[in-house]
Amino acid sequence: MEQKALTKVGLIFEKIDPQEVLQKAYKMTSNEIIQAMLDSGLKGRGGAGFPTGLKWKYTAAEKEPDKYIVCNADEGEPGTFKDREILEKVSVKVHGGMAIAGKAIGAKKGIVYLRGEYRYMLPQIMIELSAFHKMIHDIGFDFNIEYRMGSGAYICGEESALFESIEGKRGEPRNKPPYPTVSGVFGKPTSINNVETLVSAMMIINHDAQKFSQYGTKDSRGSKVFSVSGDTPTPGIFELELGMTVQQFVNEFGDGDTKAVQVGGASGFCVPRKKFAETIIGFEGVPTGGSMKLFNSSRSMYNVLHNYLDFFTEESCGQCTPCRVGCQQLLKGIEKVKKHEVKSTYLTELTKLADSMKIAAKCGLGQSVGNAFKSIVGNFREEIIY
Amino acid sequence: MINLTINNQRISVEPGTTVLAAARKLNINIPTLCNHDDLCVAGNCRVCVVEQTGARTLVAACAMPCSEGMDIHTNTLKVRNARKHVIELLLSEHRSDCTKCYKNQNCELQSLANEFAFGDTIFLDLVEDHNYAIDRSSPSFLKDDSKCIRCQRCVRTCDELQYISAIAVANKGAHQKISSFHNKPMSHVVCTNCGQCVNRCPTGALVEKTYIDQVWDAIYDPDKHVVVQTAPAVRIALGEDLGYDPGERVTGKMVNALKQLGFNSVLDTDFTADLTIMEEGTELLVRLKKALVDGDKKISLPMFTSCSPGWIKFIEHKYPEYLPNLSTCKSPQQMFGALAKTFYAQKRNLDPSKVVSVSIMPCTAKKFEADRPEMRASGYKDVDYVLTTRELAVMIKQAGIDFRNLSEVKYDSIMGDSTGAGVIFGATGGVMEAALRTAYEIVTGREVPFKNLNITPVRGMDGVKEATVKIEGCTEDWKFLEGAELKVAIAHGLVNANKIMSRVKKGKANYHFIEIMACPGGCLGGGGQPIPTNAEIRKNRMKAIYSEDEHMVLRKSHQNPEVIAIYKDFLGKPNSKVSHELLHTHYVERDHF
Repeated sequence: MEQKALTKVGLIFEKIDPQEVLQKAYKMTSNEIIQAMLDSGLKGRGGAGFPTGLKWKYTAAEKEPDKYIVCNADEGEPGTFKDREILEKVSVKVHGGMAIAGKAIGAKKGIVYLRGEYRYMLPQIMIELSAFHKMIHDIGFDFNIEYRMGSGAYICGEESALFESIEGKRGEPRNKPPYPTVSGVFGKPTSINNVETLVSAMMIINHDAQKFSQYGTKDSRGSKVFSVSGDTPTPGIFELELGMTVQQFVNEFGDGDTKAVQVGGASGFCVPRKKFAETIIGFEGVPTGGSMKLFNSSRSMYNVLHNYLDFFTEESCGQCTPCRVGCQQLLKGIEKVKKHEVKSTYLTELTKLADSMKIAAKCGLGQSVGNAFKSIVGNFREEIIY
Repeated sequence: MINLTINNQRISVEPGTTVLAAARKLNINIPTLCNHDDLCVAGNCRVCVVEQTGARTLVAACAMPCSEGMDIHTNTLKVRNARKHVIELLLSEHRSDCTKCYKNQNCELQSLANEFAFGDTIFLDLVEDHNYAIDRSSPSFLKDDSKCIRCQRCVRTCDELQYISAIAVANKGAHQKISSFHNKPMSHVVCTNCGQCVNRCPTGALVEKTYIDQVWDAIYDPDKHVVVQTAPAVRIALGEDLGYDPGERVTGKMVNALKQLGFNSVLDTDFTADLTIMEEGTELLVRLKKALVDGDKKISLPMFTSCSPGWIKFIEHKYPEYLPNLSTCKSPQQMFGALAKTFYAQKRNLDPSKVVSVSIMPCTAKKFEADRPEMRASGYKDVDYVLTTRELAVMIKQAGIDFRNLSEVKYDSIMGDSTGAGVIFGATGGVMEAALRTAYEIVTGREVPFKNLNITPVRGMDGVKEATVKIEGCTEDWKFLEGAELKVAIAHGLVNANKIMSRVKKGKANYHFIEIMACPGGCLGGGGQPIPTNAEIRKNRMKAIYSEDEHMVLRKSHQNPEVIAIYKDFLGKPNSKVSHELLHTHYVERDHF
């Protein structure tokens, strides 16, 4: 499998002249912009990795005149804090990416759904946004952006729950289909993209598709901003080329005693030391929205798993059975195993439950609870039991 | 058309058809729980998951639209395992005291458990982790969250069918629950007690408050004289709980069963339905005269019917400024109650304090209505106990009565005579039709000009119906109505009531008389009727109501001999002083929240 060395990249935070980029985009046709995205190989940076060009293509194809571009800034995955950094430092690129997306899909309205905890940014962003609006209107764009605040629910990062929340309803995922490209916010065709994806889109227009696609591997093009935390001497935000192994990552960021890395946050996968070398960080290996959490040997993986399950038990919206009840069962189950109130073989039942949740839950939240559960129980079974 | 295969059988369906609907066409049973034919798709219980070839996850059959070339399998190992897990999970958060539960053997979760989850319990009990308390505050129903499986049928019912949202989803994750506003007791929120949620709850989380034991106690008390009245819509639905198909009329057998249960007198709410028409029809004509001839600006039109206690509570909460438009007539149940402890007791030489008045209703809101402080005109509680159709079926089963082989028996007298006009009160449009049959004849001296007295424009299941009746050939007393066009409207289901009310409020509706029933289909679809309910079942019940009407010799309220007699002996004339004391009421403004 193709793999790359760990290389630090400086695209996302690179200094650019936004006006120049947007003037360039304004002169491009919808098809040209979409083609550039397709050529770049850019996939969604929120974690799910849907090809951005395709998403824009589908939304552009809808006949409904009212369309929306929504920026998902509800950065809620435990261990990610990259969007905060991006919005604080280069919000103009986020807004620029939205204007470009708007041009591509034919949307005049953009909504940024901002995580409740990031409300403190709003005064500064509003100043920047007003200058941005003036700039793009001068160029000729017929596009406006507004901000909507989240209120702290993890589930509202799920795209359709996010739409519900914007519409003033309880944040619960919808049944799909219809997909957002057909019926998104307010029932209109919507392209919903992660903060970082929109910045990458802006940078693809700034340079070209090739500059972006030269980074990364066949399945994981480009670079990506990682949020590094846990047992590391150098926590923080790092933009790295995709395609490195976990081993290379640990060599760079570990403290010399790393026993596991949780890639992709609570909904991601736990990679144990013995699999560091063979595991590629990217869509061909373990995908991530950016969260990279390192654990050294002082950490109890039972506590890690308990923490994640506690989180999901709290943050499930509660509407579908596998997620609402399944999370409670997994949590209570490992507690009972730990206390030896049930046999350790009960972990096998719970693993089967995690499998069912993966295929029967209504949305990505419930479907991904099993990732952390299975990878931690599978690799650190003795730590769960004893 | 869209072509797909389900379990290797080919089928073509209209675009928009769900996998569940397509499977049903092939007679393939996919179990469901949160799905209900009357409600929007939720897709949240996940019991109906099926395998779609090529899909990463299983899909919910109720929510997944068919697409071209789809290949669905409903019974693979993957599906079975997931389905079993889902049902086991639901059982783990559900207090399974089945043998003690009112819904035992009429519980959809129990049926699924029976099919999929027998044997050892897989998962840990979660009920013990929650601090559940039963909300008994409503006189109509109980809310037991420990049995709730969060399917949200009740939430969708209250919102989509009734436009109330007395209950909604609160909190998330493990703490998610179906809650009232601010988690207040159900008696303290905008709830109409209509019981539509009770009728759709798949478990015992929402059940009517039963008064079966109190009624048995009264029956066995030698000092008490227990009279029972049966509402029009009970006789056409009771059979469903006793092994009959929807729409089978069991009037005579029901009367016999009630006698065998030990009621001292088995009487008919249809009698007071006829009486209601005399009172309400007169009230309408008087209002029209005062408004049109006397130019009295204080007269409120349109006049609204007042038979449905769910509707009454709805307007008291939501449109209190229109309370003067409500007919002051009590509902037939309460007219009956007031007369049972006055007129009836006198005629039968009974001490009214020894008379216990029981009603069998298709309704849970009637339990609330009987408890209203206004409903003590006789000096006593006019109606002591209200039982639903379902509770009556339970009593019949408890008594070991072989219902199917009962002979058909007639109602007792007095207050047992009825006409077809009284019977049709049980269907949406029925009160209107009955009122028109009588009012038209009072005003013109002739029968209402519709074939066989069947006023078809006011019949049927459309949510809002309108009709105009031109009044011609008036008698001398009613000359002022000559040539007038009486405009009427009918709504059933409170979501439709709200449609009419918002039009009235905007001044966009110039009706004279509006009939509103809180429940879909009218009383025949009431919250106290047999479970399940759906459009097909309600249609069959409606057919039965009109067939009951057609089989009656007398079909106009003013022809009811006992009604004629009671005016002669006791009440004087419609809207008399005695009538006002016993048969009319007033309303109260209630909070919006």
